Amino acid sequence: MSTLRTEEMTLNMGPQHPSTHGVLRFVIKADGEVMREAIPDVGYLHRSIEKIAEKVGYHGFMPYTDRVDYVCAMFTNQGWGMACEKLAGIEVPRRGEYCRVIAAEFNRLASHLLTVGLMGMDIGAMTPFLHALREREMINDLIEELCGARLTFNYMRIGGVAWDLPPGWREKALAYLDHLEPILEEYNSLFSYNKICVERLANVAPITAEEAINYNLVGPNLRASGVNWDVRKDLPYSVYPDFDFEVPLGSGEWGTTGDSMDRYMMRIREMVQSSRILRQALKQMPDGAVLAKVVRNFKPAPGECQVRVESARGDQGWYVVSDGSANPWRVHVRTGSFAAMGIIQKLSRGLMIADLVVLIASLDVIAPEIDR
Amino acid sequence: MEALKIYERIKERFADEVLEISDRKPEPFAVVAPRAIVRIGLFLYDDPECAMDCLSNETGVDYKDRIEVVYHVFSYRHRHSCVLKVRLPRDNPSVETVEEIWRSANWMEREIFDLLGVTFEGHTDLRRILMPEDWPGYPLRKDFVEPLEYHGISTVRESPIIRLDQKKK
Repeated sequence: MSTLRTEEMTLNMGPQHPSTHGVLRFVIKADGEVMREAIPDVGYLHRSIEKIAEKVGYHGFMPYTDRVDYVCAMFTNQGWGMACEKLAGIEVPRRGEYCRVIAAEFNRLASHLLTVGLMGMDIGAMTPFLHALREREMINDLIEELCGARLTFNYMRIGGVAWDLPPGWREKALAYLDHLEPILEEYNSLFSYNKICVERLANVAPITAEEAINYNLVGPNLRASGVNWDVRKDLPYSVYPDFDFEVPLGSGEWGTTGDSMDRYMMRIREMVQSSRILRQALKQMPDGAVLAKVVRNFKPAPGECQVRVESARGDQGWYVVSDGSANPWRVHVRTGSFAAMGIIQKLSRGLMIADLVVLIASLDVIAPEIDR
Repeated sequence: MEALKIYERIKERFADEVLEISDRKPEPFAVVAPRAIVRIGLFLYDDPECAMDCLSNETGVDYKDRIEVVYHVFSYRHRHSCVLKVRLPRDNPSVETVEEIWRSANWMEREIFDLLGVTFEGHTDLRRILMPEDWPGYPLRKDFVEPLEYHGISTVRESPIIRLDQKKK
């Protein structure tokens, strides 16, 4: 037996791989089925959006923000809008803020539905994916009625939103929520609490709270590790203080705190809370204008700011520097997926190759948001 | 703690290394000496009053006469944040890495290196991250000129409509 030679195997995964959610590449050093290390290689979707921002004006950049994260574009719209409003000291009309929150929370539902469905598909179950996409399709229809687009919305403007809710939309939205809430229960009994799902996800790649903070994980990934931090609650923006909702936290019910199962369940539980927020928002919505008066030749005073919004992939930071001219001097987006990718190399050590797929899916990494 | 109070606290400890405290609206910031950034970072991390356990954002800005690296530091324990900056010369900008304090700096510094050409001394894995390995120059610098082609692939595409318009003239 001593003549048998073993050696480390180098595998390439991606950039076109069904479970990499866009174009991502991993160079995997493996000893059989166990990885020594997976080194992420990103940049395939880099469109230099930050450079484009320096060339188009403040208003003109809004459609580009959709492309930062096209799975939940309302949040990038809102982040950019809020950064410009903070620089120029513009106040958004209350109805405009409500429109923003409603659009954004519907978008969060759509994004989380996709994540939950993809999680199923990545571990080999096709049915949950089809169920989730069926529900997501209706949200796309609703948002299409709101702003004419199904994916890259360009719905918000600096100072508010482009259009008020169309007539009859509110009833449709409420009817949809009535339809969705029991379906979330159905998902749980179909997939989440299914023995196969629990055994596949529990105890896979747990992240401790200290690690999550040190690696700057945000949003559901951070909360799954038990850190109670939600920008909507802790650094309240827009009209979120008006609503009563809970921040679900991971507690390791199925295994270790911060494992893949916790991260998966975070999404399901956040959907329930989003639905709660939406019901309150649709009920309390005040009358009035939706867009503040903003000059077309928008030139904020020299200065800089960072705003943070709670996107579906967590705390998204927009850092904008203005030099007083019509174009921003520098724009930087700190995104949740970029941070989440940074921790994969560390977590991959000693993980099975098949579990890497679970890890990527549970971190909810979206390629355009990493590369921008 | 207010951001300005945090800057005062750093100033007490590192008098000469804090070059400027600006209370400019909407967000105040402190400019510190590049040689002290790791010491100040460690102080912010360890000091129980500050407990800045998270580097929430690190990025660079080209101001034509200098390059600034901006650190947005945040504390989950006390829920406060502050903004630190270092000013670097435009030719051959270099500063020590803060990766040892906050791991998230690893990827963010790679991005700054890739797009602005700032070298981070002591960084464990300083490679390009978004652009191809052989890309010429640093795209986010203000004097960057986009090359007309990359490996024989044109980066511009002519428009037949514009060409027609030009013919008419």
